[in-house]
Amino acid sequence: MVAISKIATGNGHGEDSPYFDGWKAYETNPFHPIDRPDGVIQMGLAENQLCFNFIKKWVMEHPEASLCSAEGVNKFKETALFQDYHGMPEFREAVAKFMGKVRGGRVKFDPDRIVMSGGATGAHEMVAFCLADPGEAFLVPTPYYPGFDRDLSWRTGVELVPVVCESSNNFKITRAALEAAYEKAKEANLRVKGLLITNPSNPLGTILDQDTLKGIVKFINEKNIHLIGDEIYAATVFMEPEFVSISEIIEEVECNRDLIHIVYSLSKDMGFPGFRVGIVYSYNDAVVSCARKMSSFGLVSSQTQHLIAKMLSDDDFVDRFIVESKEHLLKRHKYFTLSLSQVGIGSLKSNAGLFIWMDLRKLLKEKTFDAEMDLWRVIINEVKLNVSPGSSFHCDEPGWFRVCFANMDDNTMEVALLRITTFMHKHNEAMVPRKLCRRASLKLSLSRRRDDFMSPNMMSPHSPIPQSPLIRART
Amino acid sequence: MGLLSRKATCNTHGQDSSYFLGWQEYEKNPYNEVNNPNGIIQMGLAENQLCLDLLEPWLMKNPDALGLKRDGISIFKELALFQDYNGFPAFKRALADFMGEIRGNKVSFDPNHVVLTAGATSANETLMFCLADQGDAFLLPTPYYPGFDRDLRWRTGVEIVPIHCTSSNGFKVTLPAIEQAYRQAQKRKLRVKGVLITNPSNPLGTTMARDELDLLINFIEDRQIHLISDEIYSGTVFTSPSFVSVMEVLKDRNLDQTQVWERVHIVYSLSKDLGLPGFRVGAIYSNDPVVVSAATKMSSFGLVSSQTQYLLSAMLLDKKFTKEYMSENHKRLQKQQKDLVSGLEKAGIRCLDSNAGLFCWVDMRHLLKSNTFEAEMELWQKIIYHVKINISPGSSCHCIEPGWFRVCFANMSESTLKLAIQRLKSFVSSIGMKSQSHQELKSLRRKARNNWVFRLSLQSFYDREQDTTTKVSFSYRPHFMSLSNIAATLDAAA
Repeated sequence: MVAISKIATGNGHGEDSPYFDGWKAYETNPFHPIDRPDGVIQMGLAENQLCFNFIKKWVMEHPEASLCSAEGVNKFKETALFQDYHGMPEFREAVAKFMGKVRGGRVKFDPDRIVMSGGATGAHEMVAFCLADPGEAFLVPTPYYPGFDRDLSWRTGVELVPVVCESSNNFKITRAALEAAYEKAKEANLRVKGLLITNPSNPLGTILDQDTLKGIVKFINEKNIHLIGDEIYAATVFMEPEFVSISEIIEEVECNRDLIHIVYSLSKDMGFPGFRVGIVYSYNDAVVSCARKMSSFGLVSSQTQHLIAKMLSDDDFVDRFIVESKEHLLKRHKYFTLSLSQVGIGSLKSNAGLFIWMDLRKLLKEKTFDAEMDLWRVIINEVKLNVSPGSSFHCDEPGWFRVCFANMDDNTMEVALLRITTFMHKHNEAMVPRKLCRRASLKLSLSRRRDDFMSPNMMSPHSPIPQSPLIRART
Repeated sequence: MGLLSRKATCNTHGQDSSYFLGWQEYEKNPYNEVNNPNGIIQMGLAENQLCLDLLEPWLMKNPDALGLKRDGISIFKELALFQDYNGFPAFKRALADFMGEIRGNKVSFDPNHVVLTAGATSANETLMFCLADQGDAFLLPTPYYPGFDRDLRWRTGVEIVPIHCTSSNGFKVTLPAIEQAYRQAQKRKLRVKGVLITNPSNPLGTTMARDELDLLINFIEDRQIHLISDEIYSGTVFTSPSFVSVMEVLKDRNLDQTQVWERVHIVYSLSKDLGLPGFRVGAIYSNDPVVVSAATKMSSFGLVSSQTQYLLSAMLLDKKFTKEYMSENHKRLQKQQKDLVSGLEKAGIRCLDSNAGLFCWVDMRHLLKSNTFEAEMELWQKIIYHVKINISPGSSCHCIEPGWFRVCFANMSESTLKLAIQRLKSFVSSIGMKSQSHQELKSLRRKARNNWVFRLSLQSFYDREQDTTTKVSFSYRPHFMSLSNIAATLDAAA
């Protein structure tokens, strides 16, 4: 019998990764302040939920953006018919302007280089299809977003070769690491077509400094390979140092611009993953042309293009949003990291992103990934938090976990912190007489926690739709 | 060695096809009733613009749908965050019900078997990725939608092998043609993974008869391959015969819950039936849970915007509205098609008899200087640059007979259609063919009244074709044969 394809029956979709096991645990028992106060709190989902009131207000005050006004109904027909893969000019202009503002106005983006895609997920796959043939490779610094294994490889046949970065120098991308990866690819007979960096980094939450960026641009020019900069978290830089984009660096160093491409999206900066607004911005005309044709496979709904065009062309709204968003993120990040440090939990120093890179190396029984998995299972099943183990990000050192902080309200954050604090107290107590079984003390802390959380002022309204992160397009 | 991928530098995207070149010419000089009355009239775009005015009152009555509210309260946050690739449950339910309604509820669709994609473009590509490996092949009846060359082949590496259909039997699919295509694939050392049909057909505007569907089901059962039925125009069937989906035939033959049931997949979209191509709403429907699962994961590369899912779930759940909309849709399509067909007839141009779609398959073979594709291109260029109408040449649809053109009628007002017909009339009379063909048509009608002669001559014609299978269940369409063929058979009978 003629079966279905190898792609469909293989596991290139990446969903068998332990990364998703935590989601499964969350799915079966999701936290709800009233209905399921003992449920698992989702801290494995990099979503930005901190600015919705501000955005919602704008949407309510601008019905024309939702095609709701009297003239809007007329516009409806035009919008419903608009399927031009160039995208609405006003949409491209608004997005280009937004991208410029997010970079402090230090660089301008050309609306004609903006190509739409089905979210950043679609953008990455599309760029891979444009730049590489099956069997060719991209270098990717570790730790990196697990979805890249699917987005860049699954249907494209492109290989990913890790550029190993280490905690000893705060996971910096060094020239040595780049060269080592390049050599490794060569030894494996893989032709390297490009280097993909995520800046600001997921999962690290850090930005690349100027020197590193310049070094990277030099490297790719020397090897004549592409540089893809995933800048999806550009507007989440909430603290100094200031974000430096690839688009700025190429103005300062000599570079073959045909090698430079940026992937962007509104899913993280604005918190709109549902609207599927992905962008490919390339300095290479042939890539823009090819990507534009490929964008037919994942155009942005014209209804959404219209909404975004209206929203992002409101300069006043955009300027205030960028500031508000940073303030909320800073506040939440500060509170979270401070509370953690008070119970002896450290994290990589970060100034961006929707998560922290938590250092739990000292909690490992031994320095192995098995021990990391053991600890992770404890965190999910006993502390009842879904966090993402570093191994799923291809981190080469066990004990690191990505913990998201921007996808919940203040009260849920309190609950999460309390659970962590309780766990750490028990752990610290248990550390003294080391032979005591840790699990017993965790069980005790469980029953104690229940009483703590029944107090009414911990409750807050929660989204009516149960979040199902197992089936997310992107985390 | 190239800096970009082979995919980026080849032209499998198909955009160099004449199909798209016509659009480019139109873009340079588009007709506008007021601003550019001498511009090119776009009849190369299969869009349904006839009923959009019906949407407006519905939108006014249901402000929550566009306003992203539920019971007057904003659910903006909920929608902005909703990225579940299983889709909005209410939307999939509404879509499944809508698909059932279109098929007269003779089949029902399970929302859990629906996979949402960014338009049918994405649905077709995704199915290829799910069902075929690079270098495998799918058989497609010609003529077919030019976009398939890109959608099915470009990034997937899958090949298309044509099943050639001809005007001799109204372009119906025959067993010899399918088998010939299969042999051709084998010669090219391509593993055939399935057959893809478009029903109702683009560019023919016809629905497949039961016997054709039976034929296809038998074939895929026999070879143990897949059948994809792109039913994107299922809601545009404006007159009899009524639409019969392959799912209905499977059910009637008690083949549901068998292996072949799991190898039949449907592609759908709201771009043609509802006239909403900008919203990018496509769907794959499969009875194979493995395909549904794989396609769902792949849909991450092109999900439907939650904003749009919300709007359309509200619209499709209003069954009274959709019933009225579809009924009015059919009426307007039928009228517009009739206007085009009769207008063309007065210019001495015949169309393949059609009952669906947003276009007619027009026979301009008698206007060709020679029976060649060069002559077809020459005629097409005249029509674009002198007649100022963009239509799609049959060669861009891989038709093997030169002289056929797809002419769209649903993307314009009555008055624009009249103008287009007027321009064509003038063109035809200017090349002196009009009176001659008009006379021939008159004489044809006289002769057709003598039924038994006609039937006898046709029978001998089909005997010549040695098409024993279709002779048994062939549903004769007494509407059309080419002028030259009619002349030949009548001579033979005389």
